[in-house]
Amino acid sequence: MPESKQTYLHIENLTKYFGDFVAVSNLSLKIFSGEFICFLGPSGCGKTTLLRAIAGLDPQSSGNITQDDKVISNIPPSERDFGIVFQSYALFPNLTVFQNVAYGLENQRMPKDEIRKRVLDLLELVGMPEHTEKYPAQLSGGEQQRVALSRALATSPGLLLLDEPLSALDARVRAALRQEIRSLHERLGVTTILVTHDQEEALSMADRIVVMNHGRIEQVGTPEEIYSTPASPFVADFIGVMNFMQGEIFSSGTVHIGENSITCETGNTKDGHKVRLTIRPEDILCHANSSSDQSDGTNSFPVKVESLEFLGSFCRLILSGKEGFGMLKADLSTQQVHELKVTQGTRLTVEFPSRNLRIFPEIS
Amino acid sequence: MSTASVLPVSVSSTARIRISRDDITLRSGLVLLITLLVIAVVFPLYSLLSKSFEDMDGEFVGLQNFREYFETPALFTSITNSLGVAISVALIVLVLAFIYAYALTRTKMPLRGLFRGIALIPILAPSLLAAISLIYWFGNQGVLKSWLLGASIYGPIGVIMASCFWVFPHALMILITALSTADARLYEAAEALRTPKWRVFWTVTLPGAKYGILSTGFIVFTLVITDFGVPKVIGGRFNVLATDVYKQVVGQQNFEMGAVVSLVLLLPAVVAFIADRWVQRKQVALLSARAVPFQPKADPVRDWLLFAFCAIIAFIFIAMLAMAAYASFVTFWPYNLSLSLKNYDFDVMDGGGWEAYYNSIRLAIYCAVFGSGLIFLGSYLVEKVRGIMWLRNILHLSAMLPLAVPGLVLGIAYIFFFNHPNNPLGFLYGTMGILVICTITHFYTVSHLTCLTALKQLDPEFEAVAISLKTPVWRTFGKVTLPVCLPALLDVGSYLFLNAMTTVSAVVFLYSPETMLASVAVLNMDDAGDIAPAAAMAMMIVYTSAFFRILHAIFSNYLKRRTQIWRSQ
Repeated sequence: MPESKQTYLHIENLTKYFGDFVAVSNLSLKIFSGEFICFLGPSGCGKTTLLRAIAGLDPQSSGNITQDDKVISNIPPSERDFGIVFQSYALFPNLTVFQNVAYGLENQRMPKDEIRKRVLDLLELVGMPEHTEKYPAQLSGGEQQRVALSRALATSPGLLLLDEPLSALDARVRAALRQEIRSLHERLGVTTILVTHDQEEALSMADRIVVMNHGRIEQVGTPEEIYSTPASPFVADFIGVMNFMQGEIFSSGTVHIGENSITCETGNTKDGHKVRLTIRPEDILCHANSSSDQSDGTNSFPVKVESLEFLGSFCRLILSGKEGFGMLKADLSTQQVHELKVTQGTRLTVEFPSRNLRIFPEIS
Repeated sequence: MSTASVLPVSVSSTARIRISRDDITLRSGLVLLITLLVIAVVFPLYSLLSKSFEDMDGEFVGLQNFREYFETPALFTSITNSLGVAISVALIVLVLAFIYAYALTRTKMPLRGLFRGIALIPILAPSLLAAISLIYWFGNQGVLKSWLLGASIYGPIGVIMASCFWVFPHALMILITALSTADARLYEAAEALRTPKWRVFWTVTLPGAKYGILSTGFIVFTLVITDFGVPKVIGGRFNVLATDVYKQVVGQQNFEMGAVVSLVLLLPAVVAFIADRWVQRKQVALLSARAVPFQPKADPVRDWLLFAFCAIIAFIFIAMLAMAAYASFVTFWPYNLSLSLKNYDFDVMDGGGWEAYYNSIRLAIYCAVFGSGLIFLGSYLVEKVRGIMWLRNILHLSAMLPLAVPGLVLGIAYIFFFNHPNNPLGFLYGTMGILVICTITHFYTVSHLTCLTALKQLDPEFEAVAISLKTPVWRTFGKVTLPVCLPALLDVGSYLFLNAMTTVSAVVFLYSPETMLASVAVLNMDDAGDIAPAAAMAMMIVYTSAFFRILHAIFSNYLKRRTQIWRSQ
């Protein structure tokens, strides 16, 4: 964990063109020593391009990269210090597991028995000590990725790059390997960059997440920060599920949505400014419909359940309410659903707690 | 992002990355191979082009030669003759080979493997063999002469029949590929919609094979219009472009006119080449990775009808080969039908003797060894070098070029280029070296594409991983790339060997008395009236090719079994 906060990798004003297409646009970022960083974003956002620029595989068009106080952006990838793991594993098919892991070591003129010891240690570390003489084709996807991981770690690189390493695996294996990579990182402390489009993966593994879109950084922060205080509507929408409502600042602390007035923190956004008001489905509180139609509490409004979707531990309600709200998503525990006797067509009262509402000014 | 990362590095990149030693090695390799291909293809073609604008003394005369050519009626009729024959053969072979390929790939007809093998026989023989065999069947002293009802085999009929025979396997292989890549889901959908079988054929099968069919048409057309062995042997007084070139250059030593006819011959070949490339590009997206392979079901009526059809074709093929084999052992056709090895006593005949045969083997081995190595290296550089897209594209284009150049044209271009007094490479003229260079060049493209296909199946990240492990590029090439691509490399070697054994078109202009080849000897002995020894020499080529093919199959199988453990899914 970055207690010391020593910068290990420093990216400055990095830009990468593919023809006319700007894949990464003037991006700057500091990564601390020993940190586990996730580049997260939709496909085409530039996360893999950024990773490949760090490795030197697809050199940047302009900008600087410094690794361990050494400028690396102008040296060929073969002289940089990194290990890499790909989605496709990229294990050499004609070499055994042992030979694959030993591949980089053999080149360092390490004595044979030392190589043997190191390889076995590494395979032990990733939990597959018994498969040394098998070929990649004889292993499952999860096993292959473990081998790829130990091959990348064999030469003790200062930087570990993981390019969507879990995307080709099925859900159960993915979840298990997620935890193993995380604990491996904690044991070895190697600075790690993981590229993924899977937000759950990023939230569960990263020390810090770099959310990217259109070649730019949208937000950098811990998983908690990213989730609870998204810096932009894009992050709000991309991470988790979010309700968006179109509104207008009425006065400081009050937003109007259609004819409804909502109390929330408005910061220094000017009166009359168009905004988007957001709230997460799990933050919407649902109450039984009180007989007095116009509700008593602040930010409380009558709604009707249009449909409900059973999702295991909770239910997602699709609610229609007053004009301007659109269709709202609200998550209710299964128990609550039973208590409130929610079915399709049920009328409820929802409450938007002020502390959970965030506004984003509309950029005109 | 995945789409973005495969795009070439932008030329507008401002930051310069110092290139590593590996990069220098690879880039030098690229430049070297481009240089070799430019010398082997581009320069000779340029010589040919400039020759066509010169008179006998080397003075520039503009379009004079072309005017002369088109004003000579005899030469001009060759164009219509050539087109007529090539189009007829393309249509006939297309229909026959399509039905044959359909029977092999889409039915449960018995003996499919055997039929496939028989149909590939012509690949083992020079195109001349078919013509020689037809002479024994239908020629002046042929056993079935009466079947032609008075028509002569020496002329368009013979040329078309013989051409159909030797191009058949080429057409068949493309069509088998086109028909094998069917998506079973389309057929299931059609069946679920209760579509009648004939309609499924017209709406699913045929459109699916559309590009393969077009491609076949173009390739057959090019093969026939540029082949001169068949019309030379059986064409009689029926002139075609290819024989004109030969007559102008070898017969009349009129090199300028030969250059003009070559260029005329180059035109349809280039058009067919471009059309074929266009078609190939269209085909790529046709079959997605998710397609489910089609498994044919038995249908007795259809299967047995097709069996009868294939049996007839196979019978004809065997009859063609058998007649040549039989005739080669007959002491003196048709008067003394006792069998002997007299016709194989090449040393007492004109045509180069047994030395020609050994030369052919030498040529075939050199081509297989050096050719496959060089071509694999070239395709590796095209596919696996990072960055400098433009240089890789130049190499790829240079590698594609030979496909558009008929062997005959290449051969003549080589005379002009290598025989030029100021060419420092002139020492190659008349040696085995020039035959090897010419043959490798002639068959470069198909080999290049085969290697490229094999290389594309490797994970593109192998090189990235190797770099991250600080491994030099040659080590990964030797330890991973080469072993994994070995089957493809063997295929290429075998392809080059067989073609070097059987080719006539380019080498016929380039051999010297010391480097006489078996295939050329067949031509020369036939020309001299020694048709039985010609058949014998053609059969020697067949025996050798067949032997080599079997050897290749055994070794490939052994390799497959040995590496099965890591190839299995």
